Amino acid sequence: MAEGENEVRWDGLCSRDSATRDTALENIKQAILRKAEPLRSVKEPPYRSSEHLLNAVSWDGFNKILARLLMLSKRCPFKDVREKSQSILKCVQELGIRIPRPLGHGPSRFIPEKEILQVGNEDAQMHTLFADSFAALGRLDNITLVMVFHPQYLESFLKTQHYLLQMDGPLPLHYRHYIGIMAAARHQCSYLVNLHVNDFLHVGGDPKWLNGLENAPQKLQNLGELNKVLAHRPWLITKEHIEQLLKAEEHSWSLAELVHAVVLLTHYHSLASFTFGCGISPEIHCDGGHTFRPPSVSNYCICDITNGNHSMEEMHVAGSVSITDSFCEVEALMEKMKQLQECRDEEEASQEEMASRFEIEKRESMFVFSSDDEEVAPARDVSRHFEDTSYGYKDFSRHGMHVPTFRVQDYCWEDHGYSLVNRLYPDVGQLIDEKFHIAYNLTYNTMAMHKDVDTSMLRRAIWNYIHCMFGIRYDDYDYGEINQLLDRSFKVYIKTVVCTPEKATKRMYDSFWRQFKHSEKVHVNLLLIEARMQAELLYALRAITRYMT
Amino acid sequence: MEKMARVTTALGGNTLTGRTMYCHLDAPANAISVCRDAAQVVVAGRNIFKIYAIEEEQFVEKLNLRVGRKPSLNFSCADVVWHQMDENLLATAATNGVVVTWNLGKPSRNKQDQLFTEHKRTVNKVCFHPTEAYMLLSGSQDGYMKCFDLRKKDSVSTFSGQSESVRDVQFSIRDYFTFAATFENGNVQLWDIRRPDRYERMFTAHNGPVFCCDWHPEDRGWLATGGRDKMVKVWDMNTNRAKEIYCVQSIASVARVKWRPECKHHLATCSMMVDHNIYVWDVRRPYIPSAMFEEHRDVTTGIVWRHLHDPYFLLSGSKDSTLYQHIFKDASQPIERANPEGLCYGLFGDLAFAAKESLVTADSNRKPYPGDRRHPIFFKRKLDPTEQFESVSSSALSVFETEPDSSSMGWFVDTARQYALAGRSLAELCDHNAKVAKELSRNQVAQTWTMLRIIYCSPGTMPSANLNHSIGKGSASLPLMNSFNLKDMASGMGSEARLDWSKGENRSENILLDSSTTLITNDENEETEGSDVPADYLLGDVEGDEDELYLMDHENAHTEEPEYVLPQEAFPLRHEIVDNPSGPDHLQDKADSPHVSGNEAETVSLTPVESFSLISISHTLYESRLPPDFFSALVRDMLRFYAEQGDVQMAVSVLIVLGERIRKEIDEQTQEHWYTSYIDLLQRFRLWNISNQVIKLSTCRAITCLNQASTTLHVNCSNCKRPMSNKGWICDRCRQCASTCAVCHHVVKGLFVWCQGCSHGGHLQHILKWLESSTHCPAGCGHLCEYT
Repeated sequence: MAEGENEVRWDGLCSRDSATRDTALENIKQAILRKAEPLRSVKEPPYRSSEHLLNAVSWDGFNKILARLLMLSKRCPFKDVREKSQSILKCVQELGIRIPRPLGHGPSRFIPEKEILQVGNEDAQMHTLFADSFAALGRLDNITLVMVFHPQYLESFLKTQHYLLQMDGPLPLHYRHYIGIMAAARHQCSYLVNLHVNDFLHVGGDPKWLNGLENAPQKLQNLGELNKVLAHRPWLITKEHIEQLLKAEEHSWSLAELVHAVVLLTHYHSLASFTFGCGISPEIHCDGGHTFRPPSVSNYCICDITNGNHSMEEMHVAGSVSITDSFCEVEALMEKMKQLQECRDEEEASQEEMASRFEIEKRESMFVFSSDDEEVAPARDVSRHFEDTSYGYKDFSRHGMHVPTFRVQDYCWEDHGYSLVNRLYPDVGQLIDEKFHIAYNLTYNTMAMHKDVDTSMLRRAIWNYIHCMFGIRYDDYDYGEINQLLDRSFKVYIKTVVCTPEKATKRMYDSFWRQFKHSEKVHVNLLLIEARMQAELLYALRAITRYMT
Repeated sequence: MEKMARVTTALGGNTLTGRTMYCHLDAPANAISVCRDAAQVVVAGRNIFKIYAIEEEQFVEKLNLRVGRKPSLNFSCADVVWHQMDENLLATAATNGVVVTWNLGKPSRNKQDQLFTEHKRTVNKVCFHPTEAYMLLSGSQDGYMKCFDLRKKDSVSTFSGQSESVRDVQFSIRDYFTFAATFENGNVQLWDIRRPDRYERMFTAHNGPVFCCDWHPEDRGWLATGGRDKMVKVWDMNTNRAKEIYCVQSIASVARVKWRPECKHHLATCSMMVDHNIYVWDVRRPYIPSAMFEEHRDVTTGIVWRHLHDPYFLLSGSKDSTLYQHIFKDASQPIERANPEGLCYGLFGDLAFAAKESLVTADSNRKPYPGDRRHPIFFKRKLDPTEQFESVSSSALSVFETEPDSSSMGWFVDTARQYALAGRSLAELCDHNAKVAKELSRNQVAQTWTMLRIIYCSPGTMPSANLNHSIGKGSASLPLMNSFNLKDMASGMGSEARLDWSKGENRSENILLDSSTTLITNDENEETEGSDVPADYLLGDVEGDEDELYLMDHENAHTEEPEYVLPQEAFPLRHEIVDNPSGPDHLQDKADSPHVSGNEAETVSLTPVESFSLISISHTLYESRLPPDFFSALVRDMLRFYAEQGDVQMAVSVLIVLGERIRKEIDEQTQEHWYTSYIDLLQRFRLWNISNQVIKLSTCRAITCLNQASTTLHVNCSNCKRPMSNKGWICDRCRQCASTCAVCHHVVKGLFVWCQGCSHGGHLQHILKWLESSTHCPAGCGHLCEYT
């Protein structure tokens, strides 16, 4: 079979020139129809006997193509492509071949589809972002569609991610995706794993590696330990970890490679948090994102199973909370903020008091957990990417292990982390720095239905609370504020998303800040992932610095 | 000497003495400060706050200010400063946002004096007024600066930077009312202490946070700033706009900067990360520090000159929990270790060389090589009497020019332009390139192409007509071709390899010899002897062929003697060796050749054997259809030879044309090296299109990605003249299409040319036409556009 000629080429679609896209689409159409012709007579292979194997393989390939076409018809920023893909699908259907339909309800399972921006309704700025993202990756992923609530941040996020994955850097491209897979797998995030498995194969990665970390080169296997510690207990990272990686003879990492890897790991750990925190649905063209069958329960999506929130009932539960209740919630929060603002100067807590407040908050954060954290064995296909599945945040929190205090005044991102990253992996420090800044300073001065609110205090409380969970202390912050501003359900959500994202459920998402808009909840998630990334980075970079001195 | 005398008077008769020494602290230091009398130093950090006396031989702990059983965060100091008027007064900035003053005159153990808890975030810096006893300034993470009068309980005035955190505040030493503040966003603000409502001036000094600043102790206008962008900049503040007068590029972010007393252009810096050394720079010589202290094992956090008027003693505290006194004469001077030599090639083969004068003079004592075509020009830099590093500042620059005609690279440009590298069949490409080379009378190259064609395109059944065509002489016969073969092979292999070759594997080939090849060999010998050629074997015009050989001599051999004109048997072979400049073996040959007469050369027994075996090999090519792979080792050596000879063009062109056939023979790194050299050359000759083609055709990963790097083009909107941040051609500010042609006012599709001065442009043809008749911009903006 002349695979080369029949190969469907998608790359032309990423062009900004509509004529190029047109020809590319025409070619795709021809190729698909050519492929469809021989399959027409066979219909679906009844069973996979050896003589049908070839057929089965080509069916698999063809269905993948159809799924991709379906994705394009829904998620391509270019209108012409969307329409044309739709019409190609129709053509195929007319040939008597079953076409896929998207599963689920939009990019996020937590946020109703109608709240999320539809592709095609975006404004010029967003369209540019979409087009950029599409040009770089050949897709518009669900993460992007949810993040576009905050285009300013999204731009910086995409720029950074693009640089990390595609631009100059010490690591080869397939390593980068593989590290992404490793990091996402730590949190059993099948969404990111699927996405990057495709990318990994696309840039020429060896499919054998995907069978498990033990099939990857020794060099990547060595990274497993760092990945594990970084994801769950970053404060345990010591310079010995770094030394082991750098001094492993022929498998050793260079400093620059290591920094690249660390940035990738932290990026994907926190992105996994976002994925679960916002309930991102599987991509349409990935497994679990579409189906060829009439509506029924998908048996593939791990996030759905593990979180037990594939049913719609919970939504009603959340929706049943009375409006007045939640209205009071917002009012109360605003009142507290006001109070804190005013009385901060009067009430002066003693130094001991301040220190103990931090310790209390830190200790309490260990026990903040939703009641329903039953044991869930990670699904098979994701767990193969990492070892030691039992190693998690939970273990230690149960045993009340002591988290040492890390003082930001002694090692902070702005002064120290940035310089180190930028020195070893030029330009990335700048990009991450910008991303942190945007995430930390992003505000629309609104809170739920109120306008012109200074939310800086609330944002700082969230940020510092997350850092507090990692043992990072700001000398100049009164940790009493956290208790005032963040209620228990919110803390549960933060704690879950940051530390054990795979356990985040729709109920948690719905039960905090009930009156707030979805865009504000996404905003919270942005704070969470950036704060988490910074915390992990700080620990890792401090260890590297210690190694270097 | 004069300087020393001044120091003594300035110190009131007491010259400072001491040696390089250090003491262990119990904890990492964050900042240090000295007492006015230069006899005591205070060290502050998160877990330390102590005063040490500086004695002749050692530091002696005098006082521990960190008292109380459970020290509060107020003791956790980010900065400390000792008043320069009152030796009992100190101030610290605490990480929890408190500003504390300390009075050493207090009788109790706790010397804490006043507590200001006005800042909401960490205080980064405190600073006493240089002459006013009670005025203290602080700068904090919360973006505010506060001025305290120590006689009052609260701050006197608050200055809002209207931006992110304040990193440093410094009172001007000369201007009573002025202070400078640096910010995390890269700005520097100047304030008048009497006007808290608004800053006097603001400018952006660095990219990223400005960590520190220091006013020049003598020159009132100078402010040095250091930032995360690894730069130290010196600003002249006398003019209306702050003017950057010096810029020093360090290797790590700059945490502290301090002017060196009594040395107008010197300043000391230390870094915040990675680099532990303290550097003293001469700002006029920004590339290499004039002195360096390398004692610390962790980052240096505080530096201070021990005395206001003494440039030889520097104190420093560090995260490695040590306090050092550095003596200038113990400093290491990187300049001594530096190798101040520079070498650069010009586009036309000129060579410039700069070195220490002593080296050059020693060198020029040598007699220049006779017959050398170099024209050295010497420039000498006049010594600056005030310059400290005299040994370095005197350097000589020599420029060597090559003869204008010998260095002409015209052939390179022409070849690059005319070569075909892809898009046709291999045979056609080879033919084309051979023709190109021939037209430029580069016969050797032409023949190489021909040979490549023969090797790779015609297994066994080569019609003679093809050969005719390729040689372009209408003469084609086996022996003739063999002679080329011989020559190229030999040149490709170098003399040593050739010897092995003829001794080794091809011995076995000789067995294959049949009568016909022997005949051919004989003919060849006859031919090269210059006698008349038997017509029955050589169909073509042998005279013409000899001419070719002759021409080749002219082209390649510059030093050949006239008697070599006669075409002799071994001549082409020897000539190739002579011309080969690389490798000691070849040099040996070269040295020998002038002494060997033509006849002697003829008698070298090696050469007949050589041609003999070569013929046999090409013969077997015809007979037994050797796979082209058989030759890949040869071709590889040939490519190496060309590359070594400097003709990387040939190497790369062949590499591209042959593609898969040869690529695996040569390791990736060598290929990359060739490609980069060739691309570099092409770009020097501004052959952008060709260099792009080469990049595109190359199969090296590292090369092809060259075209993917920096593909961004920054353009201005032709309407509003502001940078287009948007993708595409719609300006997001004025909402207009920016790519309209200024001549025909239609949107340009395809080639768009625009003026970098005024951002107007249009269709290439329209603009060209317009600029033929007018010099002004067609848009009527009055700009004098130029098209080059």
